[in-house]
Amino acid sequence: MADKTPVFGAHQVQLLEKLCNASGVSGDEGEVRKIVLEEVKPYADTVKVDSLGSVLVTKNGKTAERVRLMLDAHMDEVGFMLVNDDGDGLFSFEVIGGIDPRSLPGKQVLVGKNKLPGVIGARPIHLTSREDRQRKIPVDALRIDLGPGGSGKVKVGERAVFATRFRRAGGSLFSKAIDDRIGVATLIELLKAAPENLDLCLSFTVQEENGLRGARVAAFQLKPEMAIAVDATPANDLPVFDGSENTFYNTRLGAGPAIYTFDGGTLNDPRLINFLAQTAVEAKIPFQYRQPGGGKTNAGEIHLAQTGVPSVSISVPHRYTHTAISLSRVEDWKNTLLLLHSALKRITPALLSFERP
Amino acid sequence: MKNLIQKLTETFSPSGFESAVRDVIRAEVAPYADEIRVDALGNLIVRKGPDGNVENARKIMIAAHMDEIGIIASHIDDKGFVRFAAIGGVFPRNLPGGRVRFFNGTPGVIGVEPLDKPTETPPLEKCYIDVGASSNKNHPIKIGDVAGFDRSFIDMGDKLVAKAMDDRIGCAVAIEALKALKSTPHNVFFVFTTQEEVGTRGAETSAYGIDPDLGFSIDVTMWGDSPNQRGLDVHLGKGPAIKIKDGGMLSDPRIVNWMISSADKAKLPYQREVLLGGTTDARAMQLVRAGVPVGCISIPCRYVHSPSEMVDYRDVQNAVKLIDVMLSGPVEI
Repeated sequence: MADKTPVFGAHQVQLLEKLCNASGVSGDEGEVRKIVLEEVKPYADTVKVDSLGSVLVTKNGKTAERVRLMLDAHMDEVGFMLVNDDGDGLFSFEVIGGIDPRSLPGKQVLVGKNKLPGVIGARPIHLTSREDRQRKIPVDALRIDLGPGGSGKVKVGERAVFATRFRRAGGSLFSKAIDDRIGVATLIELLKAAPENLDLCLSFTVQEENGLRGARVAAFQLKPEMAIAVDATPANDLPVFDGSENTFYNTRLGAGPAIYTFDGGTLNDPRLINFLAQTAVEAKIPFQYRQPGGGKTNAGEIHLAQTGVPSVSISVPHRYTHTAISLSRVEDWKNTLLLLHSALKRITPALLSFERP
Repeated sequence: MKNLIQKLTETFSPSGFESAVRDVIRAEVAPYADEIRVDALGNLIVRKGPDGNVENARKIMIAAHMDEIGIIASHIDDKGFVRFAAIGGVFPRNLPGGRVRFFNGTPGVIGVEPLDKPTETPPLEKCYIDVGASSNKNHPIKIGDVAGFDRSFIDMGDKLVAKAMDDRIGCAVAIEALKALKSTPHNVFFVFTTQEEVGTRGAETSAYGIDPDLGFSIDVTMWGDSPNQRGLDVHLGKGPAIKIKDGGMLSDPRIVNWMISSADKAKLPYQREVLLGGTTDARAMQLVRAGVPVGCISIPCRYVHSPSEMVDYRDVQNAVKLIDVMLSGPVEI
């Protein structure tokens, strides 16, 4: 059988656009799930939506000695939930997932299933004092404004996303939800080109942004022998304003897929870290190590499932994570897909035949 | 036993990279074990079976963690200095002037940028490791390389001092308890766990696999007997501490009674420990599957999470005796 190579072209970017523009705040991932289900069904052996709403897909290989590998990407994104109808189209809201409230004033949002346009208002500079402008505005003091007459059209408990629409400009991708629709799109392409040495199981998980919740129960059900979480990670790679060396960039845009070593949730398995790095070198694909530090991916729950699962994370770098618009590079995404595909083909039981160092 | 403690504490094995100390422990326990295995997260699981029918025996899990706190390189700057993140609960106040050793053998000293106030504790971002390099070209360290704190063992007589007493002293106690255990009616699993310092992770997966009927951890606890140290009535040399509660776990009273009655029977000293913060592997064991009755035997330890952690050798020996008594007879819970 011919070796399948993942395709990377206009169609893949179109799929990413569709995924990024869908509204899928944690706990309300239905719109993203619908797209995922349509995309995976022609290529999967089994497809199931689990009790929390994650999409679990299996695709069995054919060779004699196969490895059961779990690939994970989360469907949800950060956003907002309406908590009180204050009348006149004004709604109090809370933040879902990690959003810095400093980034909110003046941002457009889309509320509910019908994507009703609204804005998180800000007091005009004309009417603020010098002291006002030095204070951080708490979320309690902000409102989503749907305009007069907007009150009856949405209900408390409905969610809202940043209104930013996907855009490609040359080699750059702009979207509200690179994190982690870019992982979702990557998994879909990997499924289409699934190698035969693996029993592949894919989890398109819910509720990552509010505490890795979907991944916890997904891993319990899939019972993998090893796992790779595919996510998007911040690139804080701009020059430091005072000209000193940037030592805290996390990752750098354009430097390739970011392989994790250590974060707040996982000490990634050294066997898998080295395997990914070695694969990148052999396949001549650029890669970088994400700086060890805080933050978590779904690997933090997956590796603790049942008797434990050797796990590693790999992420597409992107700037301005968890704001209204983040920025990623087509080349970094493409190299992430190619590195994962190269790695998948090379996985054998020998990879875990020795103890974790 | 002091030689064993020295060997264990002078081995470098920060969380997630426990293979070096695992090899030391495996060599010690192999002659005494009925079965040894290593699981996906690197836990060393050592089983000693009962004299009688293994089917009817209770499964008892005893956890001592192999890992220690350490650091991981996050950036090599233009001038060759290494920035780093902490693995586990590293107190920045203990860092300046300290030494580390990377896995490839490279030594380093910890320096601190000039601070606004010389008396303040440096934040981790202001600390760096100097490995003697002058640029980032051909540098011996790359991002993700791990190092342990470098400090040699001291035998002060009753008091023993080393890095990583937390929790190699627990490992030493477990090893010696296994060696001392001549026969047991139980199916005993000594688990030398990984990744405790980053959140009791190895205990969680190993306990799931073993599915024990009951268990306890062996770990260090804080101390209350140095100048102006308050809030904990635990003293070095007054016996192993039987944990009633800590910051993450309430010991099962039946396990506490088992420990206390065993100590009374053997006329061994012990202390009652009520610890307000911090926790041990017992927390993860307690909450696994449908829940497990657990407790903890603590070795009082001064200067926990510094490169010079101090224990009293008599507490260590009495902990070994206590565990031997506990495991030699039946358990009523």
